[in-house]
Amino acid sequence: MADEAMVLEAQAQQEKQRKEGVKGEAKPTRDAESSDAKKPPAKDVSQTKTASVLFGIPQLGLTHVDRQVPADEPPPLPENAKLKYVGRPTVRYDGAAKASGRGKYTADIHLPGMLYAYMLGANVPHGRIQSVDTSAAERYPGVKAVHVIEHDYGGSAELRDPKEETPSRYPVVRYAGQPIAAVAATSQSIAEDAAKLIQVKYDPMPFVVDRMDARQADAPLVFPGPADAAGSAGGGGGPKDVPQTGNVHGPEKKTKGDIEAGFKEADVVVESEYFTQVQTHSALETHGFVADWKPDELTVYASTQGTASVRDEFAEVFKLPKSKIRVITEFMGGGFGAKFGAGNEGVVAANLSRKAGAPVRLMLDRRQEHIVSNRPDSHQKLRIGAKRDGTLTAIELISYGTAGVGTGAGTAGPATNLYKCANIHTEENDVFINAGPGAAFRAPGHPQGSFAFEQTIDELAVKLDLDPLELRERIDESPARKVERQIIREKSNWRNRRPAASDTGPIKRGMGIAQSVWYRFVDMDSSCEVRVSKDGSVEVLSAVQDIGGGTKTILAQVVAEEFGIPPQTVQVRVGDTRFPIGPNSGGSVTAGSITPAIRNTAWQAKQKFLQTVAPALGTSADNLDLRDGNVVWKDNARSVSLRSAAAKMPTSEIAARTMRVPDYEKARLLYGGVDCVELAVDTETGRVHIERVFGVHDCGRPINPTGVISQVHGGILQGISYALFEQRVMDRQKGYMLNANLESYKIIGAREVPEIQVELIENYIGQSSTDAAGIGESAGIITLAAAIGNAFYNATGVRMRSIPMTPSNVLAALGKTSGEMTV
Amino acid sequence: MSDVKQTNFSRRGFLKGAGLTAAGTLLEHAEALTAEVKKAVHEPATVGPDGVAVRLHINGHLHATTVEPRDTLATTLRDQLGLTGTKVVCDRGACSACTVWIDGTPQLACMTLTLDIGDKKVTTIEGLSEGDSLHPVQAAFLKHDAMQCGFCTPGMVMACASLMKRNPHPTRPEVAHAISGNLCRCGTYPRIFDAMDDLSKNGSTSRAGLVMPRTMQEV
Repeated sequence: MADEAMVLEAQAQQEKQRKEGVKGEAKPTRDAESSDAKKPPAKDVSQTKTASVLFGIPQLGLTHVDRQVPADEPPPLPENAKLKYVGRPTVRYDGAAKASGRGKYTADIHLPGMLYAYMLGANVPHGRIQSVDTSAAERYPGVKAVHVIEHDYGGSAELRDPKEETPSRYPVVRYAGQPIAAVAATSQSIAEDAAKLIQVKYDPMPFVVDRMDARQADAPLVFPGPADAAGSAGGGGGPKDVPQTGNVHGPEKKTKGDIEAGFKEADVVVESEYFTQVQTHSALETHGFVADWKPDELTVYASTQGTASVRDEFAEVFKLPKSKIRVITEFMGGGFGAKFGAGNEGVVAANLSRKAGAPVRLMLDRRQEHIVSNRPDSHQKLRIGAKRDGTLTAIELISYGTAGVGTGAGTAGPATNLYKCANIHTEENDVFINAGPGAAFRAPGHPQGSFAFEQTIDELAVKLDLDPLELRERIDESPARKVERQIIREKSNWRNRRPAASDTGPIKRGMGIAQSVWYRFVDMDSSCEVRVSKDGSVEVLSAVQDIGGGTKTILAQVVAEEFGIPPQTVQVRVGDTRFPIGPNSGGSVTAGSITPAIRNTAWQAKQKFLQTVAPALGTSADNLDLRDGNVVWKDNARSVSLRSAAAKMPTSEIAARTMRVPDYEKARLLYGGVDCVELAVDTETGRVHIERVFGVHDCGRPINPTGVISQVHGGILQGISYALFEQRVMDRQKGYMLNANLESYKIIGAREVPEIQVELIENYIGQSSTDAAGIGESAGIITLAAAIGNAFYNATGVRMRSIPMTPSNVLAALGKTSGEMTV
Repeated sequence: MSDVKQTNFSRRGFLKGAGLTAAGTLLEHAEALTAEVKKAVHEPATVGPDGVAVRLHINGHLHATTVEPRDTLATTLRDQLGLTGTKVVCDRGACSACTVWIDGTPQLACMTLTLDIGDKKVTTIEGLSEGDSLHPVQAAFLKHDAMQCGFCTPGMVMACASLMKRNPHPTRPEVAHAISGNLCRCGTYPRIFDAMDDLSKNGSTSRAGLVMPRTMQEV
């Protein structure tokens, strides 16, 4: 397998990619922006050393490259196969607590004297609030505090020039359900009863809840002038320096090369048009907070993807020093991009707690959860030019999407990052409508972008009469994708793929693939402390949260590897801002950001420990190592238990603390995967049945392959759910979301789960002391709708140009009904 | 104040009184009813909106507490009794996250009024295992990583453990059927199938190796 020429070629390509970077990529998350802002200090050669670090992909052969690394950097790790705990399938650290119901989520927190809160939402989609009368609610027995919102923190865009709107005490209502006021009471039901007694008088305004309607010249204006929305720590948000015409915010133009020259060069041109729908996050634990406002400290339990982001926003809103705010997230019931910062619910909970002088729990109800955030929809027009051999000469993408009252509907990520093409031009537009704001949602922009782009690449393959895998072989420069396609070829059923529309009966089967890429972002706010106590116990502490991806487990593994003790014996304490700061979990940054800090800290704690106990053991620290729960001598077979060695410490505790050091080289790196879908289409009922998914993915060095594969399962299943079932439905007459619940907003259930096989490849990039990266974004959510679309074409000979592929949409696409597609 | 009283019963179908609950139980033994009880059944005393004292059999213990007539079992378990392992996700019977056993049968705690429980025995996720040990289904979930965020997990475990009682060797379609009402947003279904397949084929032997002590093991 390790053909030397192939290795060299792959290395050369990866080096080239690193040096050139990839231009015109999708908006980076705020993490990326902020880590760019925190420029690594200029390297002082006296404080660095040259290290020979692992590089490459095992299937292509591993090698080493020289890097200048900080002088106190731990020795480079070998590949996973040579490690004891890192890279091994490991039981989820908090699995027993989750399976037994012991884990306490924010929704489970009960503090002494705690009150329950409920937020009242607007019942008009657009209007100015004349008055809010809370007197009846205040008199209601059991009510302890009432709060009326005077500033919106929900992610809505804000006018560039606030003077374009008459000043008002209350925010203008721009979507039905926008929070207006809230009540804290002695029980949840009393809070809900009382909230309904709040009288709100509106001056209703005309509204628009449909993207196409909103683009019309005479459409009601959601904002009276240009308005912009900031992204969250998890990404999302749109560009700020773009024109706005009516409700259309954009275009944001990105150009590389000469697009017209590119089309002139082309032998074939494919033009396509695709539509995707609005998807809601539907995390099982809704957004929520328990706020406990005390004179000396504000304590906040938060269902969040970023304890740091929550503390930041509370500090900003309440003008509190960060040192007076404590944020706790020990268990977290899903976020998928929607949960960063304080939000309206956090700010309201803290205000109610301050007013009532008691802790307050405010969890959104399910209806509110569906309204406050979503993945924007899209309408994309693509034009791709290529040579006969497949070489891409031009890619043009024009997209419109709505993030409701927010921005961030861009879809150009796949088109600009996936394949080699000298000439690329993209124009992305946000269309404001009177619906809840879009938010970062697992690989923001990419599932939409991929649905259009990866199907258009397949349309090109049809036109060139090339196998879709072969076309990608010719246009994709990524060594990792190359290995992934090879595995698909060897192990999936791809070799049995038939020409399009081969079945003559009503049930038609087909197969399709799609590829994904996601960016390597690093959040430099990644830190931890590792402690060794005199009884030999080891703890790791960081404010980083585990949102379900298994962060606690990989922290334990990395510490375990350094100390030579089983991961389950490492005490992991995370999700508390009293501990050293941790990264916000968005954009797949967590594993790649925090694990090098964990490893470096554990390594330093281990050095300190060995130096401390070496004299008592009659040798030098250099001669000692930790292995299998023992302190071992390097020069002979002696060993003593870690516990008995720790007993010789002169103090009760030894600790180390470090921050993340910058990646060894400035580089633009991408991770991704290839997914192959097999499906059956019932052309009589319109039902699409996914039968098998084979996925191959990479995320640098996988720390816990079990947890990584679990996340890929999740991405694949969310992708199927997005492609087949999910759709926000707005009432055009009344302007509110019709299916803000879990029975008519359909998400995938157990009976729709296909056979899934996932393989991981290791991809060592020589960038940090662990070379790990997250998998959340590239884990199948990006590819599945496109791969299903391609398989649908292979089955039927018909392109599905819109999702969800509900029976009625499928029958319409097949020409079996005269019905219009609902997107 | 009349407005207040109306809204006080605004939640799902307000219950006129605990008398209805008593009626359900007692009518089964109609012949044993005294004239006094018959009168109570036909003219139930109005109960609420203030608290009503109840005694609940939960996980083998008798709990005395006070509930509003409209309180669901999920609310009572979570907010009154601190049994927060039972999760509320949709709060209207669409997702099964709040699955508990009532007299051994899986039921949705968010769709059950606490006053309707009467003498029935409730088992929650906290009552499934003893002490630090895990139920075989929990151990299998742990072994196969059948959870991510973990919010659906208690409901999934209760549904699967109930299936194992009825059918110790379920097939994958039988498992899918048993959890067809349980929604998971992280996509843990394949791992749950693996866990149940292991249990179905190998019985509950995996329990021994996977007991996770709450306290730190000796280094």
